[in-house]
Amino acid sequence: MIDLFTRSIFEDNLALTFFLGMCTYLAVSKRIETALGVGIALIFVQTLSVPLNHLLHAHLLSPGALAAIGLPDTDLGFMRLLTFIGVVAGLVQVLEMVLDRFLPALHGALGIYLPLLAINCAIIGGSLFMAERQYDLAESAVFGLGTGIGWALAIVTLAAIRERLRYANVPSGLEGLGLAFIVTGLMSMAFSAFAGIRLP
Amino acid sequence: MLPALRALSDPLLDRNPVTVHVLGICSALAVTTSVSTALTLSIALTLVLGIAAGIISLIRRHIPSSIRIIVQITIIASLVIVADQILQAFAYEMSQHLSVFVSLIATNCIVLGRTEAFALHNPPRASMLDGLGNGAGYSLVLLIVASIRELFGAGTLLGTQILPLIAEGGWYQPMRLMLLAPSAFIILGLLIWLVRSLRPIQREAREFAPIASPRPVQP
Repeated sequence: MIDLFTRSIFEDNLALTFFLGMCTYLAVSKRIETALGVGIALIFVQTLSVPLNHLLHAHLLSPGALAAIGLPDTDLGFMRLLTFIGVVAGLVQVLEMVLDRFLPALHGALGIYLPLLAINCAIIGGSLFMAERQYDLAESAVFGLGTGIGWALAIVTLAAIRERLRYANVPSGLEGLGLAFIVTGLMSMAFSAFAGIRLP
Repeated sequence: MLPALRALSDPLLDRNPVTVHVLGICSALAVTTSVSTALTLSIALTLVLGIAAGIISLIRRHIPSSIRIIVQITIIASLVIVADQILQAFAYEMSQHLSVFVSLIATNCIVLGRTEAFALHNPPRASMLDGLGNGAGYSLVLLIVASIRELFGAGTLLGTQILPLIAEGGWYQPMRLMLLAPSAFIILGLLIWLVRSLRPIQREAREFAPIASPRPVQP
């Protein structure tokens, strides 16, 4: 379990290894505060949505799951994508309402970032990986938390680097997007250094 | 130039969705380790984008604006499911290579971005051309990155050997780094630099101008 946790943070980092959530990753990484907000919101949504999608996938969509109601041969696997998107969009909406009602301070801090995450590929991608690699419920919870933390770590690090880069005298045409990509590439190399580590 | 032709050709360089707006890099870079996977994903994305723009544009007057996002996502996701099923049926090995990335076309910001910004306000023919054009501009970037990575990473292009490898008696030592994730980021960064040097209008404004360097102090 610990092995899966560290692997999902570093080796299987969604942003730096699988290029997931890149649009959000590059668009909101100009300031550390905003990057931190999005990162925490993503950890939140990812940790809830992956296990939830696992339950739906295992008990509703996979072949033979509907045997209890007399449909033993039905395979709703093709509905996976649509279901996941619906669940994530709904979850983000519900989470926003719950936070607004019970934790207004947290809602004030994260509120504007939550809708951004409704169609973030990192979240849908996390759920799709979970389905493809056939994790069980506990594993998918750990995987969701780990990938969320990994993505947040990556975006906060990039934001910190970009805050310093604003003062740098870079060649014209490279500033902004171009440099952000090259920095991300170098960060990706640094993260891949953790790849061989195996914990018991 | 004809306006229809213009809608197709503009997004290739002058208004390329990847280099101008940061649209749609999500996930797609992961398939650029070889040209064949990149080509498959590009074709799938271009077709999905074109058809989705056409359908959404056809029903644009009937979509209430409060639920327009969910309607668009449902249409796009359904088309992506169709594309995924077609790939699984006719090119099973390729769909195994692409793993989850075909499904992730649905969350690609480029598709939702174009339908939201263009197809909701324009007639079907123009919307489809705009969709196909943007898909082509995006495919171009993907294919350039994929060709560089495959050529230098494995010495092949579309599976045929271009550079003879040392292991097979040739002279080329493949760069394994090209097949890993960091190279995709760096190649795309350099590509954006190149395009922005050719088209200065796409450059981002500097937030802080550097102070003119002081004269060197004479000893």
